[in-house]
Amino acid sequence: MKPPPFDYQLADSVSQALDLYARSEGDALWLAGGHSIVPSLALRLQAPSLLIDISRLPELMGITLTEEGLRIGALATHAQILSDPLVRTHAPLLSEAAAHVAHPAIRNRATFGGNLVLADPASEFPAVVRCLDAVFDIVGPEGARQVGVEDFFLDLFTTALEPGEILRSVLIPPAPASLRCGFDELARRHGDFAMVGAAVWLVVAEGVTTEARICFHSVGPTPMRATLVEEALRGRPLAADEINAAQAVLGNDLDPADDVTLPGATRLHLARVLLGRILHRLAGQTAMETAA
Amino acid sequence: MTQTLQLKINGSDLRLDLDDPRATLLDVLRERLGLTGTKKGCDRGQCGACTVLIDGRRVNACLALALSHDGAQITTIEGLARGEDLHPVQAAFIADDGFQCGFCTPGQIMSAVALIAEAEAGLDPERIREGMSGNLCRCAAYAGITEAVLDATRALALEEERAA
Repeated sequence: MKPPPFDYQLADSVSQALDLYARSEGDALWLAGGHSIVPSLALRLQAPSLLIDISRLPELMGITLTEEGLRIGALATHAQILSDPLVRTHAPLLSEAAAHVAHPAIRNRATFGGNLVLADPASEFPAVVRCLDAVFDIVGPEGARQVGVEDFFLDLFTTALEPGEILRSVLIPPAPASLRCGFDELARRHGDFAMVGAAVWLVVAEGVTTEARICFHSVGPTPMRATLVEEALRGRPLAADEINAAQAVLGNDLDPADDVTLPGATRLHLARVLLGRILHRLAGQTAMETAA
Repeated sequence: MTQTLQLKINGSDLRLDLDDPRATLLDVLRERLGLTGTKKGCDRGQCGACTVLIDGRRVNACLALALSHDGAQITTIEGLARGEDLHPVQAAFIADDGFQCGFCTPGQIMSAVALIAEAEAGLDPERIREGMSGNLCRCAAYAGITEAVLDATRALALEEERAA
């Protein structure tokens, strides 16, 4: 066994979990699917004295439709996100992206909430929930609080979640009428982390884009909104000339750094190709039916 | 602190005392129970050699902290054959040369059993390759593996038909 020594305790309720954390004096980590923590412990990147297992907390489970939108429990697995009919109907961007997240065996155990709080900039779900304007339902020693996605992803592997807080669920607001959305990514091998990926969320009324949210992953320290591209699309027809113009301004939104795998300029080029590909696909698509 | 773990492994109920919570399910299978069919490859969820079924679904045992799976039903490669008769997926891997060195094979077979049960790929080779993409084969026996999954899918469908 390679990890540094730790104790393990299974929590039966959120309040018990918070209590265990308080007693550890901050020297504990939450364990849900364990698909990031177990390897990071084996690599000795972290050394908590206690793992608090929150993988059986009913308060963190379930996918339900409420008046405020679709509420997804933090313990939903990637496999559930991929196959759940409510997600498919009310947040199709998430189902579409889930097919690109890791491989089937990983999806069966890794959790949606765990993925979001890790905030890996190469991961798909953070970019998608930013596109969907999600709200994070967080509980901690001071009680519950709600954090909007624009205030959640702060930096590389850094979120607004404070030590000792638990992400309970994520709320996806209702999809508007005339929504068109698409996700795609470029990866060397299907299921591997992408070189670049994009989530596009558009409201298109009578051929004209009225609202746009576009978010990329693997191009910066956090999921990156392309606000200038959104501006270039808004109020204009969704057609070839406008798509070209949107692709042209992407370089003002994104400035990916060079790294060992790719030069930044290549990554930007790939992002532009991907943006064009998704927008052309959406231009050819009639407005999807929404049950909202 | 010793903690107790109950598992049902290949149909047998087991009660284990763990004096170290760091053990993964893979460690327990190999080191405690002598079920060495499940292989330790990368030990970080990248290769799929340790794939087992937990409550019927494929999972990488190297990423599964054992204590977190108290009460689970586990199926390993040792639990597939029915007496002397190989499971149809095992038989298909032999018939189609779905391996060379064999190290990744138990994980490939467990993953294939789950893939066929998930009924998402059917007889589409591209979807089978995608569904098996979490299992690496450094000998690159991928062509034989895809054939084996196709043949096993047909064999299991036939078996089901006959049973009906």
